[in-house]
Amino acid sequence: MASKSIKIRAKFKDGVTTVKALLTHQMESGFRKDSKAGGMVPAHYIQEVVCEVGGKMVMNAHWSGGVSKNPYLSFKFDGGEGEKLKLTWTDNKGETDSAEEAIG
Amino acid sequence: MNNLRRLIIKGSMAASTLGVAVSAGLLMPTTVLAAWPAKAFGAKDMTEGLANLLGSSEMMESGDISIKAPEIAENGAVVPITVTATMAGVESITIAAPNNPAPLVASFDLMGGAHGYASTRIKMGKSGDVIAVVKAGGKLYTAKKGVKVTIGGCGG
Amino acid sequence: MTLSRREFLHLMGMAGAAGLLPGSLRASSQRPTDLYEIPRFGNVCLMHMTDCHAQLNPVYFREPNVNLGVGGALGKAPHLVGNAFLKHFGVTPDSSAAHAFSYLNYDAAAKTYGRVGGFAHLASLVKRLRAERGDGNSLLLDGGDTWQGSGTAYWTRGKDMVEACNLLGVDIMTGHWEFTYQDREVIENIGEFKGEFIAQNVKVTEEALFDYKFSDFDGFNEDAGLAFKPYTMRTVNGVRVAVIGQAFPYTPIANPQRFIPDWTFGIQDERMQAVVDQVRSNEKPDLVVVLSHNGMDVDLKMAEQVTGIDVIFGGHTHDGMPAPTVVENSSGKTLVTNAGSNGKFLGVMDLDVRNGKLQGFQYRLVPIFSNLLKADPAMQAYIDQVRAPYKTQLEEPLALAEETLYRRGNFNGTFDQVICDALNKVNDAQISLSPGFRWGTTVIPGQTITMENVMDQTCITYPETYRREMSGADIKAILEDVGDNLFNPDPYFQQGGDMVRVGGLDYVCDPNQSFGKRISDMTLDDGTKIEANKKYMVAGWATVGSQSPGRPIWDVVADYLRDQKQVKINKLNTPKLVGMKGNPGLEDYPAA
Repeated sequence: MASKSIKIRAKFKDGVTTVKALLTHQMESGFRKDSKAGGMVPAHYIQEVVCEVGGKMVMNAHWSGGVSKNPYLSFKFDGGEGEKLKLTWTDNKGETDSAEEAIG
Repeated sequence: MNNLRRLIIKGSMAASTLGVAVSAGLLMPTTVLAAWPAKAFGAKDMTEGLANLLGSSEMMESGDISIKAPEIAENGAVVPITVTATMAGVESITIAAPNNPAPLVASFDLMGGAHGYASTRIKMGKSGDVIAVVKAGGKLYTAKKGVKVTIGGCGG
Repeated sequence: MTLSRREFLHLMGMAGAAGLLPGSLRASSQRPTDLYEIPRFGNVCLMHMTDCHAQLNPVYFREPNVNLGVGGALGKAPHLVGNAFLKHFGVTPDSSAAHAFSYLNYDAAAKTYGRVGGFAHLASLVKRLRAERGDGNSLLLDGGDTWQGSGTAYWTRGKDMVEACNLLGVDIMTGHWEFTYQDREVIENIGEFKGEFIAQNVKVTEEALFDYKFSDFDGFNEDAGLAFKPYTMRTVNGVRVAVIGQAFPYTPIANPQRFIPDWTFGIQDERMQAVVDQVRSNEKPDLVVVLSHNGMDVDLKMAEQVTGIDVIFGGHTHDGMPAPTVVENSSGKTLVTNAGSNGKFLGVMDLDVRNGKLQGFQYRLVPIFSNLLKADPAMQAYIDQVRAPYKTQLEEPLALAEETLYRRGNFNGTFDQVICDALNKVNDAQISLSPGFRWGTTVIPGQTITMENVMDQTCITYPETYRREMSGADIKAILEDVGDNLFNPDPYFQQGGDMVRVGGLDYVCDPNQSFGKRISDMTLDDGTKIEANKKYMVAGWATVGSQSPGRPIWDVVADYLRDQKQVKINKLNTPKLVGMKGNPGLEDYPAA
């Protein structure tokens, strides 16, 4: 599945899959002053990231706006050889994106 | 509401059903929104936020947790943090920066063979500790590491 | 000939004083037959230059009179100046060595002994040592800060130095200011460099690895994520020598990250230990050395933490140390050197390596007196040719120096004051800020200040100036931040620069205090107290975070100098110091 906002690298080695993912998102925390318009820049950030392998969830992350812009995340799990991995994010405005990657 | 959602998510069957539902566009975004522990992530005080998220603020310092973070951040807006927990039965890893306006930064629920390992990049407005809290076997363990955030320049 | 033979013998011999093993003492008692004859010792010769800051021609360079050590560094090398330095290393006062290693009697001694350094003179010495040690029995290591520091390096984007190093025959280098060019220029220059560029502490960021733009670069290792080759193995006179590179750990903090967004640094001493262990078990080396740009205090701590390193050849902090410091750690001893700056010295370490082990050594930090070493014709011809297109620009006379103009030292040097005064005057500001770099050559009294001198003090790839309002609290925050980079008792938190230079501002500094408490009693030049909430007009340059809007600093300083015609410093904005009485890193300080 093509995704504009998600890049995934999932590598299987010695019985373990290591996932590295890069998401494109502004991650606006809501705590930053807007120098031009005044006031605060409204919060807009990813709140949840879910990773499923073969339909089973292995990782479910909850984030605040304290995660850096264009978030990177990495995690590891046992097995996964030859399976498909699916990563989905959802932000505080309800926007969402999802991508799949074969574990290599 | 949050607790309920967390219970659902712990069950892998329910979770995968939810995942499919989200990607298929069957669920309204607001349904997903409710899952996010707003009270914990909105807390201005770290202890309060952690207690709200993890159900307790009682935690033990543990040498089985290692935090990899730079001594001095190259960019306070992008501080790489990697937490590795080697104890058995790790259920979640939570990362917090007590000096941030919202101290709770990220929480990773790990299941289905996931290792006690999580890596991400966080924002740090000023120097301070990075706290890792690991839930394993129903108990909470913690470790911390100081990261200096400087104005930079004038070197060499 | 202004340097007496007796003086020179002393100069050459004294470095053996801190010898690790008996062999070094035996060898240093041998009598050389001429001034630059360095008796052979052992079987491996490692020559080390560092922080030449692109000075192709001989220069003047005044060593500091303020190099404070606090906490555990108090009174230890490298935090010694003047008479305390001479006493510690056993250097005879008023000798040529005393001039090379200290600021003492600088004006007169600089006239007597003349200029120092210069690649053509250095090349003569290197060639000679290479020939004397025998073909293949030596290596020339360059600790970096080679591609930046002169007008020609700036205009050629470091390429003049790459070629000069090729001519000199540099075998291996690491870097710091090299990374202040654009990343693709760094990669290109390394491609043209005939030696090897090594750094175990530079990784490609995890983000950049998804689509790395230099993935076909030779030194890149995708599995390890390393941007450059971490170490190299060389066979020297049959001895297997491992050289591990350590670039400046805080490059993206001290210098702009925007030029090198895909690379991440850090001290990475755990990785250093892993590399040493891996090299020791896989490569079976007889000798393991680190070519480091950590800065001496960081090297001293790293030598305590990391085991299995025989020698750390250090730079960055520009400390001209006549003898190595011997650091003991849990598994042995590590020698730590620092070889000064601006082409003034060549470190020469002769090592006796037998049975897979370092048995003894002899070390000299040899001053390059350009009057005493013939210029190598090929190198001189190259230098003249590379400078030719810029000659008129470089030689433009700007003003006359009525006193010695220098930078090096923990606080404002006289040349810094010129820069700060220029910023205030040209930009109509109340306060000026100028970075505490440790490079920048010296102008002696009676010398005409040329555009080249100004470029030597200012040419960086982010030279733009600014003029903006800052609150008293903002100014204090900057001073505290930089002060902590210099005086944090943990060397791993020091960045190796000196204190930010100030114009129009006086303050009190207590280096022993903790972060946020070192700076107090800030006043304007007229004594008016700086108030935290009040705004002040501040001028400065070298902003790391983003590009400033103003003209390059050298244009501002040149304008000021043309207008001044004669330069004498009316007031040096050095802080009043608290708690530094008796500190051997402080002499002849006006406001102690």
